[in-house]
Amino acid sequence: MQKLESLIQEASALSNAAAEQEVARIMQICNACRYCEGFCAVFPAMTRRIDFASADVHYLANLCHNCGACLHACQYAPPHDFGVNVPMAMARVRQETYMHFAWPQMMGELYKTNGLAVALGASVSIMAFLLLALALNGRFFGGVLEGNFYAVFPHNTLVWIFGSVFTFAVLSLAIGVTRFWRQISSGKASGAAVAEATHDVLTMKYLGGGHGEGCNNADDAFSLWRKRFHHFTFYGFMLCFAATSVATVYHYFLGLHAPYAVDSLPVILGTLGGVGLVIGPIGLLYLNIQRDPMHGDESQKPMDRAFIVLLLLISISGLGLLIYRDTVAMSIWLVVHLGFVMGLFLTMPYGKFAHGIYRAAALLKNAVEKRQKNTLQLGSD
Amino acid sequence: MVDVLVIGGGNAALCAALMAREAGASVLLLEAAPKVWRGGNSSHTRNLRAMHDGPQDVLLGTYSEDEYWDDLLKVTGGLTNESLARLVIRSSSTCRSWMMRHGVHFQAPLSGTLHLSRTNAFFMGGGKALVNAYYRSAEKLGVQVRYEAPVNSIEMKDGKFIAAYIGDERIEAKACVLAAGGFESNLDWLKEAWGKNELGEYPADNFLIRGTRFNMGTLLRHMIDSGADSIGDPTQAHMVAIDARAPLYDGGICTRIDCVSLGVMVNKNAKRFYDEGEDFWPKRYAIWGRLVAQQPGQTAYSIIDSKALGRFMPPVFDGEQADTLEELADKLHLDRATFLKTIHDFNAACVEGTFDHTALDDCHTVNLVPPKTHWARRIDIGPFYAYAVKPGITFTYLGLKTDQDAAVYFNDKPSDNLFVAGEMMAGNVLGKGYTAGIGMTIGTVFGRIAGVSAARAAIQHRELVDAKA
Repeated sequence: MQKLESLIQEASALSNAAAEQEVARIMQICNACRYCEGFCAVFPAMTRRIDFASADVHYLANLCHNCGACLHACQYAPPHDFGVNVPMAMARVRQETYMHFAWPQMMGELYKTNGLAVALGASVSIMAFLLLALALNGRFFGGVLEGNFYAVFPHNTLVWIFGSVFTFAVLSLAIGVTRFWRQISSGKASGAAVAEATHDVLTMKYLGGGHGEGCNNADDAFSLWRKRFHHFTFYGFMLCFAATSVATVYHYFLGLHAPYAVDSLPVILGTLGGVGLVIGPIGLLYLNIQRDPMHGDESQKPMDRAFIVLLLLISISGLGLLIYRDTVAMSIWLVVHLGFVMGLFLTMPYGKFAHGIYRAAALLKNAVEKRQKNTLQLGSD
Repeated sequence: MVDVLVIGGGNAALCAALMAREAGASVLLLEAAPKVWRGGNSSHTRNLRAMHDGPQDVLLGTYSEDEYWDDLLKVTGGLTNESLARLVIRSSSTCRSWMMRHGVHFQAPLSGTLHLSRTNAFFMGGGKALVNAYYRSAEKLGVQVRYEAPVNSIEMKDGKFIAAYIGDERIEAKACVLAAGGFESNLDWLKEAWGKNELGEYPADNFLIRGTRFNMGTLLRHMIDSGADSIGDPTQAHMVAIDARAPLYDGGICTRIDCVSLGVMVNKNAKRFYDEGEDFWPKRYAIWGRLVAQQPGQTAYSIIDSKALGRFMPPVFDGEQADTLEELADKLHLDRATFLKTIHDFNAACVEGTFDHTALDDCHTVNLVPPKTHWARRIDIGPFYAYAVKPGITFTYLGLKTDQDAAVYFNDKPSDNLFVAGEMMAGNVLGKGYTAGIGMTIGTVFGRIAGVSAARAAIQHRELVDAKA
């Protein structure tokens, strides 16, 4: 096992090298130009360096929000001889870092075929839940259950299945991001740095384009929609997470068991979250299809879209479950919903979900680094 | 028939088109380049020099009309038309709000531009972002834009513009703005202008063009040949010393070599030829293109030692590196003995002082010709580095004579409906030399004026905004 891991690591190091060299080449050109300084954090972070070693490249690639502004503003963008395309070069390295830092290492390979992995994960999960339901009580099509999910799947079974997979996903992501942080980090994060990074994450500051008019999507015009749809998606997800957390507290500490009333806190949170998770992913998918192909790594679109669609299917099936929970169709909606949620959990550490975690770490590093003394004395141009 | 035809697709042309359209004229803009290369040299710019009476948005302190005028007088040595120059200076204070309305964003100057934070307003993302914003605004306002439409001649009748020709295609308009740039991309013209030097070389053979490949000067030559009054010397241009490995066209800002004032500059004969420490780099860097153009082979080498590392803007290409001065001389194919003597003489002439590359410090040479008046420190700690440089032309100053209304002159008489803006007339204000951001200021101010003048000429009896107000 150890040997296999090291072989995989070697192979991925070789393929990383080309992508990393391209970022280093581009950063040397950008560092001599610097016209993009105002757009995002990548360029000021770049000016604190003269060389771009692997760790620097990993850090900068994850600090890049793939907004596209620097590409449209670039006097050296293709067809110029220098062929500077920062968003594309960064996107390639970003994916390499997810693979490189993934735990277990061999699972990192999943990033390459993520679209397929997500689809398979979700469908296999649905089938598993279907079979599980039949095996448990054989009353999968068993009439109106008045919204009682636990009549289909006992509560403890669900807790056991989801709890273990979720714990693994969190552990896997935590190990990955810790490896990443150890490589890029120097210095301790002060309270102020943590506060700034948190603010930048929660407001998605760098999707504002540096001037508050947003980033680029289909062309050189700025748009706030990418930022808005990200917000719908992110906060929708967080509300759903909060709904589950509140329900857990209700269940274990207040002795209140599901199904909860339509006007109860878990249902309100879940419904709002579900609506956000419908609007956000639909918008992001539309923008993703409209997007200028120069903005990123075309080969990663299956990963982007699979993740977006999965989120959308989770929210639609969740809302469907709410609407039809008092009908015969409840069991079907439940199986489908749980299947998609499980699909997300299974692929979370090896899919697009990871981008948020790595980006947050890069933003924290940026907030730490900004507070450190710059050792370069470039004077003036 | 369209009201106003704008020939050119850079900053000045766009300003003219937008102003003419805002004044109610129908406008057609003809850009010679394909869309991906649109914007001419404006794509390579970064800021404009702006007068201001107090701290204003991105500008610090005060930059008065008189100080601005003094700066211009210094670099041009008096080769400027004072009334037009003062018009440019005064108007520069009111451009920015109009620019912002058309989508241009400004940003506070950040690293590497400390000396310009008072006098210059920086475009967020640089000149290409500005050009993109103007094109978007122009499209929104209904300005028609045609790419790959190089105009090669125009038809005049009794001093009035009638039509422009793209090859055989004839385009009529009621008024016209010429803003098609200088001739710096035309190597044959540069060669003809610069001629042969005393060594029998054609200096222009070694020139690099920092900007667009589309400024062939076709229309400028056509106008001069058709009797338009011209101004300026064809050898005068904004010229800086850039990395000798820069591409022939469009090298832009990143090919500059920023370490000249930290070391010494030697020519192919391994000899120094000018005071490298005369003043701060932003103030002096525009003189080095001409200085290098006057050296044999139009090549020079900026030599630094390890003490200078990390104190200048990172160069786009790695420098030549050597552990000893002897090895460096060999790598540069310079005569070893002469090179060593040059460095030795320089080192011996350096006076110990307090080095500070952010101020005009007291490190200088004594009894050395030419002297190095600041930042003179011995070149003695290896590894040593060298950057070969060549002259890089940004834009040429030969242009058409004009007035406060941006009119083109024929035999000292202004045309009623033909106007000029940008590089095609910048020589009226900038007879020689250069100071950062002045090109964009002239282009913006005269582009705006030309646009209004053309709209006024095209649409009679209509009240129009005054771009000079």
